Amino acid sequence: MTLTTRSAAELATALQQGETTSVECTTAFLDRIEATNPTINAFLSIDRDGALAKAASVDAARAQGKSLGPLAGLPVAVKDVLCTTDQKTTCASKMLKTFEPPYDADVVRRLREADAVILGKTNMDEFAMGGSNENSAYGLVRNPWDTDRAPGGSSGGSAAAVAADMAPLAIGSDTGGSIRQPAGLCGITGLKPTYGRVSRRGLIAFSSSLDQIGPMARSAKECAMLLQTIAGHDSGDSTSINTPVPDYLTDLEKPLQGLRIGRVAAHFSEGLDPEVAEHVEQTFATYEAAGATIHEVELPHAAYGVPTYYLIAPSEASSNLARYDGAHYGHRWDGTPSDDQGINTFDSPLVEMYCRSRAEGFGPEVKRRIMLGTYALSAGYYDAYYAKALRVRRLIRNDFTQAFEKVDLIGGPVSATPAFKLGEKTDDPIAMYLVDLYTVGANLAGIGGISFPCGFTQSKLPIGFQLQGPALSEPLLLQAAHQYQQTTDWHLQRTTAISS
Amino acid sequence: MPAQDNAEPTLTREDVVKVAMLARLALSDAELSSLTDELSQIVGLVSQLSELNTDDVEPLAHPLDSQNVFREDNPAPSLKTADALRCAPRHDGECFLVPAVLGESGSA
Repeated sequence: MTLTTRSAAELATALQQGETTSVECTTAFLDRIEATNPTINAFLSIDRDGALAKAASVDAARAQGKSLGPLAGLPVAVKDVLCTTDQKTTCASKMLKTFEPPYDADVVRRLREADAVILGKTNMDEFAMGGSNENSAYGLVRNPWDTDRAPGGSSGGSAAAVAADMAPLAIGSDTGGSIRQPAGLCGITGLKPTYGRVSRRGLIAFSSSLDQIGPMARSAKECAMLLQTIAGHDSGDSTSINTPVPDYLTDLEKPLQGLRIGRVAAHFSEGLDPEVAEHVEQTFATYEAAGATIHEVELPHAAYGVPTYYLIAPSEASSNLARYDGAHYGHRWDGTPSDDQGINTFDSPLVEMYCRSRAEGFGPEVKRRIMLGTYALSAGYYDAYYAKALRVRRLIRNDFTQAFEKVDLIGGPVSATPAFKLGEKTDDPIAMYLVDLYTVGANLAGIGGISFPCGFTQSKLPIGFQLQGPALSEPLLLQAAHQYQQTTDWHLQRTTAISS
Repeated sequence: MPAQDNAEPTLTREDVVKVAMLARLALSDAELSSLTDELSQIVGLVSQLSELNTDDVEPLAHPLDSQNVFREDNPAPSLKTADALRCAPRHDGECFLVPAVLGESGSA
């Protein structure tokens, strides 16, 4: 059996039993990346030497009977939004083309301590801003199920890497759906943990009150394995939750008898693709057959989620991205004058350097969001836009709080449509923003959400199902997804759209 | 989606120039034109929030009702100067180098 088609759970067993070695396994994935990355473009950098060195050291330690970390010898792909000392960290931006971080992200540190093998850094929308992975400064990512279609975003590289068997495990980040939506469009499983469950230290900041790092893999069980390693308190992130991390594998096998799942009628209104609706409804039926009960719940302010998100996230982004000034690190204007008829007058040479460095370093979507956020925070507009959005954010969170008094989890679609064509939405920012309709709520409320495959369209495109749960409900989210995956095989199906 | 507000706010090119200077972005002529249209559309979308009465709603800046986190003020090693300067576009080994703060306008 080919190593790259085996799950991380199977590989872990094979490694423990000596059926394979980490070097053999890592080599297989690196070869697969080499063969498929020219088509898919899921990886921005591949660390063959570093990965093989780590694999060899794990194999040697195993042979000597030394104790090993929980992910010993397992290959992992890391989204290029996380700082790594041994690999460039570009955030898919020209701004950070040559950036070599002086420290590892806390998640990267934990992966290393768990003896995972980091294969490389995955492509993404620039600064994690986008829902199609078409905003990367280093080229778009193609969906492994249909290479004319987008993989979703912003963690499109991580999702495509898992879907194309280039990595069994991947790390993503989710600010408004950036783990769950690409997981759904690529037919894999992805979890956005509760805000603060995973440290954001070393995560290049986009929107600090929304950003959260999470696991992506084929199955919920593998997401549980990966979350076990990356979750936990970090004194270097004052927003990280200081409560013990439960054992995410313990409850996976428990049956779902008595689980109450909420269904939101408004999720099925106009705009939802009929094939998506059909498979989502079938998923509710599968849960009912497994002993869960389905209850109608309302999220009255859900339709205001996208407008609220597109005020808060750009506002925080405009502040966070102010650090890219051409002075400390990142791209700097080389001093060549411009005769463009745009903004061409500056208060001082220093201001000109700031303005030109940033104009050259950032791509169109990043500029659009910085502009929107700066506008929303500017004098005369702050109360009407930013402060208003913070009030609506509370209403949205209250909706979830009230719903979770009646149900344990809320189910529904991840995205209104299956993967869309590359280029289909690039000229229409509003259409692209509305892609986040079903996912932004969990970020605004700070709660957990998991996306997993629940079927395919007639044309063989994956369809995702989302479960959302209250703060720190990760054990239940993973259990519910795992139990579904015990009676279905959507997550095991592999693409035949790319040559191997 | 909620109905569009009839009095949709529209940004002028002058508004966009002002915001671009606040954001420290030397936008090109073409970018100023496209952003004037796009930001007007996006502001139309986000203005849907004005339909909601939020007079009695406290702003929620942060998803967790978190409190300030304190730690002991113990000295600990921090980033070394060489590491901090390693990715700087220009430096002299001690400081970041930047153009003059005061001076003539940089217009071409």
